[in-house]
Amino acid sequence: MKMELIQPFINAADAVLAQGLQCCTSIANLSMEEEGYRRKGVAALVWLTGDIEGRIIFDLAPETAVRVASRMAGAELPESDELVRETICELANQVIGNAVTTLNDEGFHFRVHPPALHTSDEGSRSSEDTEALVMCFETASGNVFMNVALRYNRRRQADRAVAAGE
Amino acid sequence: MEQFAPVRRSKDGQPVRYLIVDDSVFARRNLARMIESFGGQVASEAGDGLAAITEYDRTDPDIVLMDITMPQMEGIEAAGKIVQQHPEARVVMVSSVGYQENIVAALQRGARHFVQKPVKPEVLYEVIKYVLGDEGSVSNAAGAGA
Repeated sequence: MKMELIQPFINAADAVLAQGLQCCTSIANLSMEEEGYRRKGVAALVWLTGDIEGRIIFDLAPETAVRVASRMAGAELPESDELVRETICELANQVIGNAVTTLNDEGFHFRVHPPALHTSDEGSRSSEDTEALVMCFETASGNVFMNVALRYNRRRQADRAVAAGE
Repeated sequence: MEQFAPVRRSKDGQPVRYLIVDDSVFARRNLARMIESFGGQVASEAGDGLAAITEYDRTDPDIVLMDITMPQMEGIEAAGKIVQQHPEARVVMVSSVGYQENIVAALQRGARHFVQKPVKPEVLYEVIKYVLGDEGSVSNAAGAGA
């Protein structure tokens, strides 16, 4: 996965988390996913289709999710509150929407699907053409993990090459 | 949350009434808090475009705050249908997906403005005043901040 695809997600996550949580954020870790995905706690999944396809998962430990949601809601929320899961989905929606906006301005066209709560504990291993990159953002409310698995849509890529006369 | 000088309807001095359309409960609550800080009133809420059309007909709000990516019917289509039925409708798109094609498509279907998520209250406040134009007035109520 090329950095041109990843950088907008890093920038968007940094900006959205900093604004939502009113704190500085930093990337603590960035690594390729070696094993299959294992959910850490409250996770929101967003699918992208178009010139680039794949999925992004936002994943927070349960206690971090409560702190993040409470901070963003402006009130203490119990862990059982549906609003905690809702807030993580909206957080994912905002980060991905902002990243996609940047990528669109660079010529990639997508459809962003509404975020959904990701409930299965494990996910499939990334394949050769869909590598997954895991980023950990440190915030004052705890670590926020973003798992990005995207690939270029080959048919669209070929269409673009033909259109460009390559 | 910061308090803003209340924006009222010029015709009767009543609070501006809003319809909030977003599939996220969190986003709706967040916008409702901002509206409150502007001295406005939430007339109704909807979680998708289809419900938004029904709620618009039922409540006749002064302003609609409309998300784009939603299940059932997306916000741009819903905005178009509302404006088709009610040409006077003031629809402000509020979405994290803020690329050119989306903004142009929304404006072509009659939306009046676009605000990108995460929403900054001071930005939304200025957009609301702009969209209301002469139909809105900022009252100098005691205790109002910004």
